[in-house]
Amino acid sequence: MKRVYMDANATTPLLPEVVEAMRPYWMERFGNASSIYLDGQQARMAVDGSRATLAEFFNCHDAEVVFNSGGTEGDNTAIFGLLRPGDHLITTAIEHSAILEAAERMAQRGVEVTYVAPAASGLIDPAEIQRALRPETRLVSVMLANNETGVLQPVEEICKITRGGGAFFHIDAVQGAGKVPIDVRRFGCHLLTISAHKMYGPKGVGANFVRRGTPVESLLVGGGHERRRRAGTENVPGIVGLAKAAELAMHSLDDSALEDGELVRLARLRDRLEAEILRIPGTGVNGTYIPQTPGAPGPAFGTWESTRPVPRVANTTNIWFDNLEGEALVIALDLKGVAVSGGSACHSGATDPSHVLLAMGLDKNRARASLRFSLLKTATEADVDYVLQVVPEAVERLRAISPVAAGTLG
Amino acid sequence: MTERATIAVAMSGGVDSSTVAALLAHEGYAVMGLTLQLWDQRRLAGRHGIPDAPKAGRCCSLDDVYDARRVAEQLGIPFYVVNQQERFERDVVRPFVQEYLAGRTPIPCSLCNNHLKFDQLLQTARSIGAERIATGHYAINEFDPARDAGRGRWILKRARDLAKDQTYFLFGLTQEQLAHTLFPLGHLTKPEVRAAARRYGLALSEKPDSQEICFIPSGDYKQFLAAYLEEQGESLPETAGELVSTSGEVLGRHEGIFNFTVGQRKGLGLSSAVPLYVLRIEPASHRVTVGADAELATRTLRARDLNWISIPELTGPMRVKIKIRHRHEPAWATIEPTGPDEVAATFDEPQRAVTPGQSAVFYDGDEVVGGGWIV
Repeated sequence: MKRVYMDANATTPLLPEVVEAMRPYWMERFGNASSIYLDGQQARMAVDGSRATLAEFFNCHDAEVVFNSGGTEGDNTAIFGLLRPGDHLITTAIEHSAILEAAERMAQRGVEVTYVAPAASGLIDPAEIQRALRPETRLVSVMLANNETGVLQPVEEICKITRGGGAFFHIDAVQGAGKVPIDVRRFGCHLLTISAHKMYGPKGVGANFVRRGTPVESLLVGGGHERRRRAGTENVPGIVGLAKAAELAMHSLDDSALEDGELVRLARLRDRLEAEILRIPGTGVNGTYIPQTPGAPGPAFGTWESTRPVPRVANTTNIWFDNLEGEALVIALDLKGVAVSGGSACHSGATDPSHVLLAMGLDKNRARASLRFSLLKTATEADVDYVLQVVPEAVERLRAISPVAAGTLG
Repeated sequence: MTERATIAVAMSGGVDSSTVAALLAHEGYAVMGLTLQLWDQRRLAGRHGIPDAPKAGRCCSLDDVYDARRVAEQLGIPFYVVNQQERFERDVVRPFVQEYLAGRTPIPCSLCNNHLKFDQLLQTARSIGAERIATGHYAINEFDPARDAGRGRWILKRARDLAKDQTYFLFGLTQEQLAHTLFPLGHLTKPEVRAAARRYGLALSEKPDSQEICFIPSGDYKQFLAAYLEEQGESLPETAGELVSTSGEVLGRHEGIFNFTVGQRKGLGLSSAVPLYVLRIEPASHRVTVGADAELATRTLRARDLNWISIPELTGPMRVKIKIRHRHEPAWATIEPTGPDEVAATFDEPQRAVTPGQSAVFYDGDEVVGGGWIV
């Protein structure tokens, strides 16, 4: 059976160039980067070279790049590494659980936490951050792109406000990296987190940008690795893979300004998918412009989004379907060869309604019946055609056999 | 080979449902596994003495979901966990709590079968392309084309292994549900099922059976009531009252009617020459009547919220055997309709501890005629 993978925001496959770049570092160049002899030096050279690539990717100094195990560690490090009892943290209700659960733990340990709610469009209003700021605010953490809706947050503006209040600013860029240009100087942030496997690199590796002088305590201790900011023998093949993925992403993003750029093509595919699915009655997009919101910030990034009032990354759309069970739709699509996600997987593997959509004000039924389509940058017209063939059929069947009238559940 | 129908197996992570999946997969059906996520075992942890870490072997524990998934992986069948926690709470847990608070003794398993397994799960299964569901219940369902003047009727029969028979919990099944359900274990004994599990190399073939109510990790329902109500921001209603004898003499006081079930002997807090049992719980006056063992026997009962399986409806008196609790030997009685959706039963011999909240299931030989809830 044909399979179409449309859950790039969950994870991505490695690009062939990434696999090739990593290949020598499993067996031939296996040395420990801390060793002084040649084998160690080869590994060290690979890590240093990768660091230089990441510095370019972030637009920062080499010394400001800290390799780690991925997005969860990067996010956790920002929260646990900067906050002490008595501090105040501002974050948003739509962050990844690597931020939210870390914040909850800190709240139990004497940190005051303010969760800023998004507008119905999915955007965080910078004025809300301004209102939440206090003299004791130590850290503000806001994501670049939301994993569920793809909505891009006005991080530059939020950063100005944060710095004006004398606080540190962390950006969870796990979902934004590779999809929009990253520039920590322009953003003005102190910390920024990325993960390799969301951008066609390997799982289990990521990096933080840590601005010089930012007093982040290391999460892991036990060696002087990464300038004492992250103990543990360097994951050399992973780091090399991350660097190659970052390099390829920079090429994609350079192209994006051009008419025939990779991300322009992807946005067109996504737009066609979205427009066609929206022809099914009882559907709509989550993460759209709500005209009533006064002074809603305009598109800050992604010029290919200029036709849309709310800036989104090119590959994502989140669509609600009235009168059906979202979990059953995900299963039905999987059995037809289409991989998409609905809500967030809870510990057992069942699906809970997305906290992001609930925070945007969707009721539980609609949040439960919302699907995220996130396209790989290798997606084709044929992939979209296939999904457009399968989705309406599945929706019709579900609505016929197992209709969920508003309010019947919960 | 002709294409066989797709069957969704309700997999709990236990031996029975795992063996069902293995049997059907080896018979050549297109099988998929569905596990219902019904209750978060950690939800009430730490409240009212409920342990922080739930023991294994209860439904919806992570261990059980893991076991179900491993079986599906071994069989190479698609497997999904379906979140039905809200519906379970609404249709099973809340009614369970309310029944106890009203002085009755509920059976959550029957509610779960009626509302979750054979309703929601069947709908989900059909909407994702399965024609039927299969479960690990010990029961037999057959279509008898001769019934109803040749229109035919689905009938439900006791399992071959009478010690494992679960028809008592299945009396609520409709014709539509019976038509779309397979009970592959109905003709097998438990030892045969374990042997099949071993034959198919299932790692959990020796896993012990679960006995308790799945969402009560401690097995202590009173602890659960207190913890659940506390979580909901509610308090136990004030139902303390008198313990009285059958002659109306006040023998003592009790702290709430939810502490009692008909036939209960322990925990009365009374000393007496002869053992005393709960005979009756009166929700309005909070009065609990106690008496000797012999006084527990009654000859009649009334049942409501009926469902009929082997007949379309009861129109006149009928001779049946009635089972009034899970571990009860069915007893001869005559049932007859006494009102809309209500029957009265008269037993040939008095029965011990007829308990409101339990179900009365009517049998004609091995066939389930129907059943209802004892009032």
